Amino acid sequence: MIEARQLSFRVRERELVRSLNLRVRPGEFTAILGPNGAGKSTLLKLLCGQLKPTTGTIFFAGKPLAEWNARDLAKYRAVLPQQSAVPFDFTALEVVLLGRSPYGDAGSQEALAREALRMTDSEHLADRVVTTLSGGELQRVQFARVLLQIGWKPVSDGRCLMLDEPISNLDPAHQHGALQVARNMARRGVTVLVVLHDLNLAAQYADHVLLMKQGAIVAEGAPTEVMTADRIGEVFSVRARITKNPLCEAPAVFVELPPR
Amino acid sequence: MVVAALIVAAIGSVIVGLSLGAVRIPPGEILSILWGKLTGAAASGTHDAVLWHLRAPRVVLGLMVGAGLSVAGALMQGLFRNPLADPSLIGVSSGAALGAVFSIVLGGVLLPTLPFLHHAGFLPMAAFAGALGVTLFIQRLANTSGYTAVATLLLAGVAVNALVGAVIGFATFLATDAQLRTLSFWTLGSLGAADWKIVGIALPFCLGLVTLAPLFAGALNALSLGEAEAAHLGYAVERIKGLIIFLTAAGVGVCVAYTGIIGFVGLVVPHLVRLMIGPDHRWLIPGSALLGASLLVLADTTARVIVAPAEMPIGILTAAFGAPFFLGMLLRQRRKALWS
Repeated sequence: MIEARQLSFRVRERELVRSLNLRVRPGEFTAILGPNGAGKSTLLKLLCGQLKPTTGTIFFAGKPLAEWNARDLAKYRAVLPQQSAVPFDFTALEVVLLGRSPYGDAGSQEALAREALRMTDSEHLADRVVTTLSGGELQRVQFARVLLQIGWKPVSDGRCLMLDEPISNLDPAHQHGALQVARNMARRGVTVLVVLHDLNLAAQYADHVLLMKQGAIVAEGAPTEVMTADRIGEVFSVRARITKNPLCEAPAVFVELPPR
Repeated sequence: MVVAALIVAAIGSVIVGLSLGAVRIPPGEILSILWGKLTGAAASGTHDAVLWHLRAPRVVLGLMVGAGLSVAGALMQGLFRNPLADPSLIGVSSGAALGAVFSIVLGGVLLPTLPFLHHAGFLPMAAFAGALGVTLFIQRLANTSGYTAVATLLLAGVAVNALVGAVIGFATFLATDAQLRTLSFWTLGSLGAADWKIVGIALPFCLGLVTLAPLFAGALNALSLGEAEAAHLGYAVERIKGLIIFLTAAGVGVCVAYTGIIGFVGLVVPHLVRLMIGPDHRWLIPGSALLGASLLVLADTTARVIVAPAEMPIGILTAAFGAPFFLGMLLRQRRKALWS
């Protein structure tokens, strides 16, 4: 469970997040959507403590972020930032095992780490050196690492999984695979918060959507409520049409640039 | 397995280092002389004096400096998230040398008024301060949002090295002929100053570095993923960074204070260990300490033997091997497109 009250973040004169209130509920897949520069990643970095808010307070499980002990917090919430390179020749398995760092038992959890790799369809990469992996392969390995960090047993404490564009380098099959894993985590009681770019994937997998523009949440709710043609058109500066996804009940979004 | 082999190598290098030199002392005699020291038997013969007063402190200092520089290199590479970070390349050793030279100059001028400058601990403290200053400076300069720009790191090193070169050059200009020889000590490095007193002062610094560094192994592994990632895994990244900088500065400072700038050790040794046992810092740090200690003692023995009875500055040897090695690593990194 994540909560933010009156959250603002200012860099010099620019307000990247403006007095924003939100509550991300356990057991739900919440997607943050919005155009480039809307403040999606900034919001996620604020929520996970990587950036210090100018004003406002963030709560995890009702307790202010500042009062959390770093190690306890690492057991309660896992964060997958946007891609960064690993400079040394660790194997994929070693990288995944780093997810057990807050527990201090990485040495004895190899089976669990392989299980995490299997969940992201990367078990065959276990012994590969990460510096030789493709962007998509590395992304799946890193996803397995954060899965191992909070585990996938059903939970009732509302522990959180925060993912910043977790599928940016993946092919369609693995995009769906990763989002399915994220949704299954939500079904087991985890609070899942994901920054996404693909509106249709968000519509298909999210239970709850936060639509952001210029540092504020302009709409939130179930995908069918939030993703209307007018609103998508306005927020993304496009012409939008919404139909029904022929494969499932979710809305399907088609957009084109507006005539000049 | 590999660690056991490295321990054997370290013991072997100690025997070689004690045995070879202008006078050869066979290993059997070494044992009997050391045994004599332990049991308090009276000293006898020139071999005894050579071994106990010249070679033994030199070998011990070599072990400490080799281990210290290598562990400092491993820590810095982990901290800066780059395998090219080396205390001598990025200017930390030069900073230490600058501190040391300043302390000597100041010591000469101000000695009568400030008696604490006379204290034996002042030189390593000044070198430590110089190393710490440079490390903090380049860490600020090269680090943008948790990611270290290698180009900036190396360029900062070029600048600091040039500055220190100028200062030492100026000192050379003023120096008498006799002092000139000691000044080359700073730029090329030598274990020639070793005696038991220096070993005694350097020991706590080097031992501190080598024994405390493994405590950061887990954090450094997590830091490989990135600073934000390490923080998300529950590590107090800012505090750990501060402690690592402090530790490396202390280690490099004391090494440079007594042996001058011995380049490339901190670059080559951790890299070799990674090739042998992988990048896991839990093994990398002790492995680097052992291999660094062995290699430096062997390099120093070579420096003493190849132009005997004269002595070659050890920095010439380490640079002759290390610089091509560095170039090779640069090329390899460029191919991996990690250069940024």
